[in-house]
Amino acid sequence: MAQPNDRLYTKTHEWVKVAGGEASVGITQYAQEQLGDVVFVELPAAGKKVDKGAALGNIESVKAVSEVFSPVAGEVTTANGELEAHPELINRDPYGGGWLVRLSVAPGASDGLMDAAAYEAFLAEEGAH
Amino acid sequence: MDEPHLKRTPLYECHVEAKARIVPFAGFEMPVQYAGVLEEHRAVRTAVGLFDVSHMGEIEVIGRRALDFVQYVTCNDASKLTVGRAQYSGLMTPRGTFVDDLLVHKMSDEHYFLVVNAANKDKDYAYLCAQLVGFDGADVVDRSNDYAQIAVQGPKALPTLQKLTVTNLGEIKYYRFVHGAVDGAAAIIARTGYTGEDGFEIYVAPGDAPRLWRKLLAAGAEFGIVPAGLGARDTLRFEACMPLYGNDIDDTTTPFEAGLDWIVKPDKGGFLGREALLRQRGDGIRRKLTGFEMTGRGIARHGYPIWAGGKEVGTVTSGTHSPTLGKALGMGYVPVRLSEVGSSFEVEIREQKVAARVVEMPFYRRAR
Repeated sequence: MAQPNDRLYTKTHEWVKVAGGEASVGITQYAQEQLGDVVFVELPAAGKKVDKGAALGNIESVKAVSEVFSPVAGEVTTANGELEAHPELINRDPYGGGWLVRLSVAPGASDGLMDAAAYEAFLAEEGAH
Repeated sequence: MDEPHLKRTPLYECHVEAKARIVPFAGFEMPVQYAGVLEEHRAVRTAVGLFDVSHMGEIEVIGRRALDFVQYVTCNDASKLTVGRAQYSGLMTPRGTFVDDLLVHKMSDEHYFLVVNAANKDKDYAYLCAQLVGFDGADVVDRSNDYAQIAVQGPKALPTLQKLTVTNLGEIKYYRFVHGAVDGAAAIIARTGYTGEDGFEIYVAPGDAPRLWRKLLAAGAEFGIVPAGLGARDTLRFEACMPLYGNDIDDTTTPFEAGLDWIVKPDKGGFLGREALLRQRGDGIRRKLTGFEMTGRGIARHGYPIWAGGKEVGTVTSGTHSPTLGKALGMGYVPVRLSEVGSSFEVEIREQKVAARVVEMPFYRRAR
């Protein structure tokens, strides 16, 4: 399972891609596989401030509700409105069209997160491939 | 797995081969999904799906007073059954609540075959044994390890199964069964199911199950058959508003509250719970299992509180996003005055109150 190299990962299976002062956040391929078919997404409104590791929203599959945690501290600038009508984008394209929110972040916000290789090693350790 | 005592059905290897996600359920390692719940759900509604339901319990009641015993412990009237017919019923507490819901099949005058929920099987068997004390002429036998059960469900279930049996399946009416052979293996073939579609449930010896599973998948290939897991089984039964024990009914709820009046037959004579049920029928029920649609954004789930007029008035028993109807639906117990179609209340979802409106049950009914 190859993870994109252009972003960082959390142990709770979110990804964050920082460019300039803006961070995009989503869930990983592994996370979407575990969830199954996503049917509903609840995301924060623009302007909401979140701490690193704080609840960012909820993703629901037919079976269950799963909380998403913010990989970084910041202020939500945009939520992915496409997901309201097409929550299945999270399954189909978790690293692209299935992104969840963008946040404005301070420099160094993503320090300490895992790179792709470290996340893959973490998945292997969890017995999750 | 952390739970070494978990059992496996005879089809476990087939599920692993098919890369199913396996979860602990009712003491078994069961497939919750293969390709995905939505795809499996759709296959059963439009074509055919194959379910391993070998975890279900099979209990036989035998002896010259087998019927009297079945009549005593269940609320429906088993004397209406002729050989080859099945009946949905409730195993009752003296309070008129459910020990379990079950299917009663009449094999012969002295032999009834009960199919019970996996999670309740040991409890049911112990309960039945306790009722036998002082009851001459009947015995109960737990046959759960002697049967694998495969459900073939969907509009193409009949042509799929027909390829493997000389029994004319078209002649088996709904809720009837025959003893036949499937690919040469002795089988009870019943036209029953838990999906809201046409279909069959077949009971075979465990050793025959893996071969039949593979043959059924091959037989249904031209129709687009898929193996379907517990996830799809739950969304399918939910849309058809078939109650799930532990969610929609349990030992605190009565058949009247659950809208299952048609399985209560007090005129048949004495049975466990009869007095309590007659009393409730006289007094009227206070709460009722009610179907609703979310009108606000959110999905109701089992256990979420229901509010009306600023008060907590009930609880969601089942809820999900309905794959067939494309909207969030739920069921729950609410006061009778709120149970009429068109009534509204709110479901508490993560500390927010979200609007819901009562709709007709079942949510889905197949075209016949």
